[in-house]
Amino acid sequence: MRKIIELKNITKSFDGEVVLDNISLDIYDNEFMTLLGPSGCGKTTTLRIIAGFEQPDQGEVYFLGEDIAALPPHKRNVNTVFQRYALFPHLNVFENIAFPLREKKVGNAEIQEKVTEMLKLVALTGFEKRSVTSLSGGQQQRVAIARALVSKPKVLLLDEPLAALDLKLRKDMQQELKNIQKATGITFVFVTHDQEEALSMSDTVVVMSEGRIQQIGTPIDIYNEPQNAFVADFIGESNIVNGVMLEDRKVRFSGHVFDCVDIGFGKNEAVDVVIRPEDVDIVPEEKGMLKGTVTSVTFLGVHYEIIVDINGFKWMIQTTDFVDVDERIGIYLEPDAIHIMKKSEYSGMFGDYSSFSNEFDELSDAEAAAEAEEEE
Amino acid sequence: MKQKNNGLASVQRAALGPYGVWALLFIVVPLIFVAYYAFTDNSFRFTTENMTRFFTARSANGTYTYLLIFWRSLKLAVISTIICLLMGYPVAYILSRASARTQKILITLIMIPMWMNFLIRTYAWMTILQDTGILNSLLRTLGLGPLHMIGTEGAVVVGMVYDYFPYMILPIYSVMAKMDLKLEEAARDLGCNSWGVLRRVIFPLSLPGVISGITMVLIPSISTFYISQKLGNGKFYLIGDAIEGQYVANNLHFAAAIAFILMVILLAGMALMQRYANRKAYV
Repeated sequence: MRKIIELKNITKSFDGEVVLDNISLDIYDNEFMTLLGPSGCGKTTTLRIIAGFEQPDQGEVYFLGEDIAALPPHKRNVNTVFQRYALFPHLNVFENIAFPLREKKVGNAEIQEKVTEMLKLVALTGFEKRSVTSLSGGQQQRVAIARALVSKPKVLLLDEPLAALDLKLRKDMQQELKNIQKATGITFVFVTHDQEEALSMSDTVVVMSEGRIQQIGTPIDIYNEPQNAFVADFIGESNIVNGVMLEDRKVRFSGHVFDCVDIGFGKNEAVDVVIRPEDVDIVPEEKGMLKGTVTSVTFLGVHYEIIVDINGFKWMIQTTDFVDVDERIGIYLEPDAIHIMKKSEYSGMFGDYSSFSNEFDELSDAEAAAEAEEEE
Repeated sequence: MKQKNNGLASVQRAALGPYGVWALLFIVVPLIFVAYYAFTDNSFRFTTENMTRFFTARSANGTYTYLLIFWRSLKLAVISTIICLLMGYPVAYILSRASARTQKILITLIMIPMWMNFLIRTYAWMTILQDTGILNSLLRTLGLGPLHMIGTEGAVVVGMVYDYFPYMILPIYSVMAKMDLKLEEAARDLGCNSWGVLRRVIFPLSLPGVISGITMVLIPSISTFYISQKLGNGKFYLIGDAIEGQYVANNLHFAAAIAFILMVILLAGMALMQRYANRKAYV
């Protein structure tokens, strides 16, 4: 695969605050890449550096092997779909999409043909003469995508494009974006703070936090083999406990020695152990590897989400078996349910559900959304 | 619900009442009087003579008196408006993109002259532009002068530009300040250089402000009479001077006729400009 964009050791600060801290990233041809992280992690700044709206303090940006640091945005073969679409309110749908072509002095017949083709791609045929301000959010979104794609850029940058849409529409647009990417063969770099969105759409996920890249990998790798406690916690739900790697394929945590599949750690190395809530089997207390008391049960439709107190550490378990609050249960872990990670600066910060409640989770989501808006 | 709406509407109507009475007494009724006087003679009989006089009266040297005055007013007003627009547009843009603090300071600086009476401002310009005035003493010390300025068309234009400049900046500024900055980024992203961004996005979106700026400068400068008398030494008789002169000479009917013609021409001009702006908005 051909490397299209290469970021090398990029550092960027705003008002003395480091936003990007030595980022290096390769983006390949025909790839759907997602930059994923909480607000303030530097993902939007990375996108703006690729687009040319921000200059890195240090580091280089290469486009097909050529250093483009000094190239202004209008000379880059990269287009952006903005968070709030940024459609031109004085132009109708047709002229919004034709905008970049008119700048290039493309002939009228060719403009007609290309805009028609784009309208078909985003399923807006017949909307040519409509005012963009009369369109719904989803339709505006499509116009923005068509406008960014009409001059066939090498790379399309998308800055949280689905954040303003409601859930149902967002799901449809996720699928549609994926289809458009496949149909056009253009590289997409997609920024989001929604981990589900990142997992379902991407070929490659780049997890970012505090201006640094935490992990780059396929959605399956990122989910199954998180590199540190931050990634494990940010992608899905995780129980993260302190453990000691006794030898290859043997780990001790919560006062019990378990078989696992991980190798290559030092003898008696302190590690973080990740167990996904859906990988925990509930068994009668006497058969359990670990034993605990159920402290809460929440019905979520497909499964129950229960919190179990095991020696003072609260585990989250997702199960289809019904258990009752205050019931004593045992838990059983298959070797491949256990994932071992090196200790990191994030160790001990995540993965304990003692203060967990659904309400709290929603609250912090709303906060994140509000912050994302302020960031704009 | 319907009842409540009706209640609200009647409250709104009542609140508009005082202004309605004001507008009726001091705007609508005077306009009717202007039209009435324009089409009557001294004994209030219908006549079109005042109208004809405006278009046909000639001076001793054979030129059309009032058409010439009107032409001169229009010329000076258009020149002033163009200068205001060319100077004001960049100021309004830079202002709208400055930090909130700078914006506040600059707006205050632009507004301060408006706090002074415009007669006083015009007098100030007289003392600046006179042959023995401040500007000429300065030029003399620099060995560049003296320059004869007072009593020229240039001096009249300077006075108009100075007096009406804020009225050009403010409406353009208020439109630009509301513009979404992402639109500029989007235009650059889609291939526009700075000139392209200005021509294809900023300017079309600022058109409503430009039009109201032009209106607010052109109309008062066309009908002004004081600036031309003081800074033009009375040599450049403008349409406002003509109306004032006829009024002072107690020719109320002819004064009303000139005012009526001026209003009709300005209204037609504004209507044309609005239509142009509306058509321009969706290309």
